[in-house]
Amino acid sequence: MPAAVTTPAAATMAAGDVARLRARSRRRPRLVVAALALALVAAVGVRVLLGTYTVTLPDFVSILGGHSIPGASGARFIVLQDKLPHAVLGALAGLALGCSGAIFQLLLRNPLASPDIIGINSSASLGGIVALAFFGASGLGLAAGGLAGAAVAAVVIFGLSVGGRGSAGNRFVLVGLGLAVLAAALTNYVLSRISIYQASDAAIWLTGSLGQANWGRIQLLGVVLAVLLPLVAALSRNLHAVSVGEDLAAGLGVPVGATRWGGIALAVGLAAFAVAATGPITFVAFVAGPVARRLVGGTHTLTGAALVGGVVVVLADFAAGNLIPGGRLPVGVVTGIVGAPVLLWLVAAAQRERS
Amino acid sequence: MTTQAIARAGRRGGPLGRGRSRRGAVLLGVLAVALAGAVVSLLVGARLLDPVTALHALLDPGSGSPESVIMANRLRRTVVGVVVGAALAAAGGAMQGVTRNPLGDPGILGLNAGATLAVVAGITFAGAAGALQYAGWALAGTAVAAVVVYSIAGVGRGGPTPIKLALVGAAFSAGALSVTSALRLQEQETLDALRRWQIGALTRASYGDVLTVLPLVGLGLCLTVGFAASINNFALGDDMARSLGEKVALKRSVVFLGVTALCAGAVALAGPIAFLGLMAPHAMRSLLGPDYRWILPSCLLAGPALLLWADALGRVILPPTEVEVGVAMAVLGVPVFIALIRSRKAVNL
Repeated sequence: MPAAVTTPAAATMAAGDVARLRARSRRRPRLVVAALALALVAAVGVRVLLGTYTVTLPDFVSILGGHSIPGASGARFIVLQDKLPHAVLGALAGLALGCSGAIFQLLLRNPLASPDIIGINSSASLGGIVALAFFGASGLGLAAGGLAGAAVAAVVIFGLSVGGRGSAGNRFVLVGLGLAVLAAALTNYVLSRISIYQASDAAIWLTGSLGQANWGRIQLLGVVLAVLLPLVAALSRNLHAVSVGEDLAAGLGVPVGATRWGGIALAVGLAAFAVAATGPITFVAFVAGPVARRLVGGTHTLTGAALVGGVVVVLADFAAGNLIPGGRLPVGVVTGIVGAPVLLWLVAAAQRERS
Repeated sequence: MTTQAIARAGRRGGPLGRGRSRRGAVLLGVLAVALAGAVVSLLVGARLLDPVTALHALLDPGSGSPESVIMANRLRRTVVGVVVGAALAAAGGAMQGVTRNPLGDPGILGLNAGATLAVVAGITFAGAAGALQYAGWALAGTAVAAVVVYSIAGVGRGGPTPIKLALVGAAFSAGALSVTSALRLQEQETLDALRRWQIGALTRASYGDVLTVLPLVGLGLCLTVGFAASINNFALGDDMARSLGEKVALKRSVVFLGVTALCAGAVALAGPIAFLGLMAPHAMRSLLGPDYRWILPSCLLAGPALLLWADALGRVILPPTEVEVGVAMAVLGVPVFIALIRSRKAVNL
C-alpha cells in the first residue's frame, strides 16, 4: 500500500477491511449451519429409505404423492406409519433437546449445565410417569405432567442456587445433580408400584424411545416447536449479550432479568415437550451444544446446536434399529452408550484446556 | 489472666481435640440413637406392636403366631440395616477423606450405578441369583466404576477436585443407567425383578445372605477404619502426607479397595442406597471434629442409626404401603446435600 494516502481514503480502506473480515468470520457459521441442515435432511433420508426394509427414492416420492406401489402393498403402510413418523419425531425431539441444552449452557456459562445433568429431564420424566401411573394420562396429559415436573425442578434449582457464597454456576449444577438423583429415586419408586404391563410401557418411555411415534405426537411437538423456536430466535441476540456478562448486557440496554427468565422458560418448555413426546433421550441436549460450537469454530450457535441434536437423534435411531439383528433398542440406549464416553471426554478435554 | 485463658482453653479441649470426655459423650449419644432406632425398627410398621407382645414374640419364634412371624421379619430387617448402614457410612467417610471431597458418596460418585449395572448384567447373562453371586458381580462393577471415575476426574490441573468427581460420577451413572435399561427391557420377567431390585430396601436379604457378605464387609471395614490414621494424613494433601512417611499411592489404593468391598457388599444385600454415605460422616464430623480416627468408628454407629430411622419412617409415611429405605434416604438426603453445597465452600474446594 502506498504511503502517501489521504486520511479519508485510509479510513474507507480500513472500514472495508473490517467489513470483509466480519463477513468472513460470519461466513463459516452460516456455511456450517447450512451443512448441518443438509445433514439433518440426509439423516432423515437414510432413516426412511435404508435399513432392514429399503425403499427407493422414486417409490418414496410416489408414496408421498398418495399412490401405492404395485407389487408391494405394504410399503405405503411401512413408510407412512413407521419409518417416516420415527424419522420426523426423532428430528423434532432432537431439535428441541439440542436447542434447550444450548440455551442452558449459554445462560449459565457452563457446558455441564444441560437439562439432562441438572435434573430437568429426570424431573420431566417423574412428572410424566406420575401422570401416567396415577391419572392414566397419555399424549397431552403426559406432556402436561412432564411440563409441570420440569417447571417445578427449574424453579427449585434456581431458587436454591442463588445467594450464598461461592461460584453460582457450580452450585447450580450441583443442586441440579442432587435433584436429578431424587427424581430418579422417586421415578423408580413409582415404576415399582404400577402393574407390570404399565411398567414395561413406562420403562421403554423412560429410556427415551421413538417406538410410540405417530402423527398425533408429531403434530403436538411440531406445533410447540413452531411457537417456541421463533421466540428463541427473537430472544437469541439478547441471550448472547447476557452470556457475555450481565453488566455489559445491561449497559447495552438489554433487559437482563427478562432475558434470563424468558430464556429459561423457553428452554424448560422445549425440554419438557420433547421428553413428553419421546421420553428423556439421554445426552442429546448435553452433546449438541459443544459439538456445534466446535464445528462452527468457537462461537455459540443455538441453530447449530438444535440441528446437531436432530442429526444425533435420527442417526442414533437408525443405529438402534439396525445394530441388533431381530431386536430394536430404544434410541435412548444408543445415545446413552455413545454419549457417556463423549461426556467423559469433554470433561477431560475441558480440564486439559484449562490447565 | 493468661493462665486462666489457657486453663479455659484446656477445659474446652483446644482447637484440635475437643476432649476425650466430650467425644465419649457424643459416641454414647449416637449409640443411644442407634439402639432407639433398632427398637423402633422392631416395633413400628403396618402393624404396631407394644413392647411386651413384641418381646414375647421375639423370644418365642417357633410359636407360629402372627406376631412371631412379624418379629422374625423385622429382626432380620434390622440386622440387615445394621450391616448395610455401617458399611455405607464407613465407605462414604473413607471416600470423603481419601479424595478430600466433601461430596463423597457411593451414589453420587457412580459406584452404585456401576454395581447395579454389573448385577443386572449378571442376572441377565449369567443367571446370577443369591447374595454371593450378586456380591461378586457388584464387586466387579464397583471396582470398574471407581477406577474409571477417579482416573477421568484426575485428568488436568488440580487432580480430582470435588466438582469434577461429582460430575464424572453423574456422567458415569447416566451412561451405566442407559445400559441397565437396555438390559432390563429385554424381557418382562427381568424388568419385573429389576424394577424392585434397583430400589434400595432392607427386606430382601436373608440371614444366609448376610453371613455370605459379612466377610467382604469385614475386610472393607478393616481396610478403611483400620487406615484412619493414614486418611488423616491424606487430608493434609499428598505432598504433606508423603513427607510424613505415607506411601501415598499404595495406601490410597488399599483404602479404595476397602471402599469398593463395602459398597459392593451393601449393594449385594440391599440394592443401591444413596446419600447415607454422605450424611453420616458429615454428621459425625460436625460433632467430633476432623479426626478420622474418631469419625470412621463413630460412622459404624451413625450409619445404622440413620438407616434404621429412615427405614422406620418409610414404613409409616404412606400407609398402608411401605416406602423403601432407598427412596426415603433420597428424600432425606437431598436437602442435606443441597444445604452442604450452599453453606460450605465445598464447591470451590
